[in-house]
Amino acid sequence: MAQLELFLQTLISGFLLGGLYALIALGMALIMGVMRVINLAHGDFMMIAMYIAYWMFTMFGIDPYLSVFIAAPAMFLFGLGIQKYLLTPVMKVESILPHNQVILTVGLAMVFSNLATVFFTGNYRSTPVSYASSAWYLTDYWRNSPIELSLSMPWTISFILAAIITIGLWIFLTKTDTGKSIRATSQDLDAALLMGVNVNRVRMVTFGIGLILVACAGCLFLPIYYLYPALGKQFTNVGFVIAVIGGMGSTDGALIGGLILGIFESMTATYIGMGWAPAGRFAIFVAALVFLPGGVASILRKWRLGK
Amino acid sequence: MKKFLPLIILAILCIIPFAGLSTYVMHILILVLMWSVIGMAWNILGGYTGQVSFGHAAFFGFGAYTAGILYQHLGISAWWGMPVCVVILTALSLVIGYICLRLRGAYFALATLALGEFCRVAAENLVDFTKGNMGIMLRERTWVDKTWYFYVILLIAAGTYILIKLVMESKLGYYFVAIREDQDAAESLGIDTTFYKTISLCLSGVLTGIAGAFYMNYMGYIDPSMVFPLSEVSIATVMVVMVGGAATYWGPIVGSVIMVFLAEEIRSLPYIGAAHQTIFGIILILIIMFLPNGIVGDFRKLLKPFRRKGASS
Repeated sequence: MAQLELFLQTLISGFLLGGLYALIALGMALIMGVMRVINLAHGDFMMIAMYIAYWMFTMFGIDPYLSVFIAAPAMFLFGLGIQKYLLTPVMKVESILPHNQVILTVGLAMVFSNLATVFFTGNYRSTPVSYASSAWYLTDYWRNSPIELSLSMPWTISFILAAIITIGLWIFLTKTDTGKSIRATSQDLDAALLMGVNVNRVRMVTFGIGLILVACAGCLFLPIYYLYPALGKQFTNVGFVIAVIGGMGSTDGALIGGLILGIFESMTATYIGMGWAPAGRFAIFVAALVFLPGGVASILRKWRLGK
Repeated sequence: MKKFLPLIILAILCIIPFAGLSTYVMHILILVLMWSVIGMAWNILGGYTGQVSFGHAAFFGFGAYTAGILYQHLGISAWWGMPVCVVILTALSLVIGYICLRLRGAYFALATLALGEFCRVAAENLVDFTKGNMGIMLRERTWVDKTWYFYVILLIAAGTYILIKLVMESKLGYYFVAIREDQDAAESLGIDTTFYKTISLCLSGVLTGIAGAFYMNYMGYIDPSMVFPLSEVSIATVMVVMVGGAATYWGPIVGSVIMVFLAEEIRSLPYIGAAHQTIFGIILILIIMFLPNGIVGDFRKLLKPFRRKGASS
């Protein structure tokens, strides 16, 4: 019974982690789909958003969850600026090497993480919110339950908020004009151009939205995680591993891929060892490349066409 | 004159140790040569074949750890790492090539990025095999004087240069460039693109590994954060080639001269030294925006403003 309990506990925490991972990967997948760029500074943008939320908490006592409303618009504007002054000019540059913009984002990542180290020192920080250590217990609600499960309070709140944000994104992408043009550009750039979509504007908005999502993820991660300048690299890895599992540029795939990776990582940490969790991430990445290069999105597509 | 330039530079480098330079200058020269080997190796894959790798630290570290582990566990000289790592890195490259070179797009860049990180994590966690974060230390160095190390790396660098020149002027080199320029067209001409991309990766990986094995012998100490870091090795390799010029013979060499000197200068500055990564990041961004083909590739563009001034005056 203890084995089962451990398994279920790992599964649930993996699911909660996966929901947050999906939020990171959604932004990356949107950017990848519309701009054909892998944003390797994604995790570092998240780190910046986390520092915004952190300073809001320490200086003004604003709850990290409320900082979403500060960090997200700030990152949106920041993203518009970066897209306008860095990524768009580079797109026009003629060069031998492909992936010029990807290398540019690597440069950005280096600058951000180093500047954060210089200004905020390399110390590990966290926000001591009042509810940080409270938890739900299954026995509180179901007295005769044969197994005991617990859920950390901040994890649950973060997961629920992540789900709300994801639903908001889905409504935005399917119901609004801007959302529809983003999807059109992602599906077929030339056709979208012919239909009169202002592709340059769509690219800017997409980059901004990608950064909004990652800023939200940062604010949601802050109460349950700690913060240090080199954190970005790890979450960039998470983002692109999910993007490959899900299928490059597919938002549905990113959602499912995020959950898969979260559960898988949680399982590796429980059954093999904490230090090996990044290696587990790599293993699932390789497995996806070998057996399912099109990602979850290719299965979804086949299933839809089959009907 | 231009034809003999490589020979002249080689001759100068051969007699430089007799000039009685200080140990520090010799150290810098050795690093410059080592980085140009890594840069040239990256250039085969990234510059000529068009497969950008963000994980050359994996190959570098594999070479270094091969040498180190041979010494640590078998008790033989770490110099054996150089021939042995040829075998090991060919095997590694074949595996990576099989997994991700058959796919198009950015998969390869991502896979190499993940590979570098994975190697670091593995080297940190396999404590029995790699001694983890304690690192591997050579208890006695082969030579105290740096002159011999200089000649060894000079030999490797010259060999790499000649090898690349031979490859790039053969049919193989034309296949590589064809794959970079248009993979569909290359395939329709009957080039097995996956196969030739894998060969390019093998060449690149083996040469980088040899540089890594040399690094182990030269430094006498390695740990995972020295040979597997992302920004200090993988991205630095990309930068060496980008600054010098991708897909040029001289690009990586020029790039490594500039980057090694810059790194030494910037790191030694007070206050700014801590921000050296920021400065490198900004250099990388500026290079991509204004000199996308590097100093050698865009040499004419660099000369333009001076020429116009000369013409008007």
